[in-house]
Amino acid sequence: MSALEIFITSLGMAAITLSCRASFLLSKEDLPMPRWLREGLRYAPTAALAAVVAPELVLTQGHLIHTWQDARIFGALAGLAFYAWRRSLFGTIVCGTGVMLALRFQLGW
Amino acid sequence: MSLKSCLESLRVEALAFARRPLVREGARDAVPMAIGIAAWGIVAGVAMAKSGMGVPLAIFMSVITYAGSAQIAALPLIAADAPMWVVWATTLCVSLRFMAFSFHYRPYFAHLPRGQRVALSFLMGDTNFALFVRRFAEPAPGCKHEEYFLGSALMTFGVWQGSLTLGIVAGHGIPASWGLGFAGSMALLALTCTQLRSPSTWVAAVVAACAAVAAYALPLKLNIVVAIAAAVAVGVMADHARPARRGTKP
Repeated sequence: MSALEIFITSLGMAAITLSCRASFLLSKEDLPMPRWLREGLRYAPTAALAAVVAPELVLTQGHLIHTWQDARIFGALAGLAFYAWRRSLFGTIVCGTGVMLALRFQLGW
Repeated sequence: MSLKSCLESLRVEALAFARRPLVREGARDAVPMAIGIAAWGIVAGVAMAKSGMGVPLAIFMSVITYAGSAQIAALPLIAADAPMWVVWATTLCVSLRFMAFSFHYRPYFAHLPRGQRVALSFLMGDTNFALFVRRFAEPAPGCKHEEYFLGSALMTFGVWQGSLTLGIVAGHGIPASWGLGFAGSMALLALTCTQLRSPSTWVAAVVAACAAVAAYALPLKLNIVVAIAAAVAVGVMADHARPARRGTKP
């Protein structure tokens, strides 16, 4: 892409993300929406977070990992265990990343 | 002189704003997440530098878009000279989750004028959404939710843009083998955990995770859309199954 094309692409991306973010905040009136959808949307943010993070933990180049010797899995498990124990966001990040780096650099996983 | 006094009054206003208790609380709550955001920002910056779009354009894109996952998804497409609509369609699929956030923020921000609502929505992100919901499970009457939101959102914005710029400029000096991006994934994982407050949210998260992995091969990052749709569908069914089951008991 040329610089001009990247510039226009960026403008479009900004417009798309902002309209998604502002979508439900634009109108003062409640949008007509069936009750089941209104209730179902409560699950959407949790689902979105899980959907973004899961592929990063178990896929390599679009393929499911085929060995248990993957540093990311143990890093993630360590992070989850730490969260269950202490409920600390910072601790979860540090513990998970630490275990992952230790396995990767010590054992070469 | 007038410019100086104008700047001075701005500074005083900013200081007064930063002293409000809810703004401080929001900013303080965002600090533990900063390490994850910074690591991810650097990774995204390095990816932008390596895509060969040049430093000014990379900074321009990240300041006006302010959506890490959309930018990371768009980069390989831009580098591969994909048509513009493909980049935009991918951005839309990755950004649809913001609509769910937007829907949730509605009751909290409904009293504000429209301009402010749109300005706040520009700062929406995964991190400050999860922090916000953890802090305010329900809208509290008379509470200035937007101040907490601004505190955490501005902290996140600053850390993200700073680390991203560092990544863009330092670019090739940071080897991929460090696995810096993993810290970002761990931050998201921790945020997902904060959302798991009931059995049905657990089910929704597991369904979404499985669907996102299973549908990963779909083009345009549609796997995220599929995962959200699947989780919402299962969530609705779970909600409806519960009263029915209770009804059949004698």
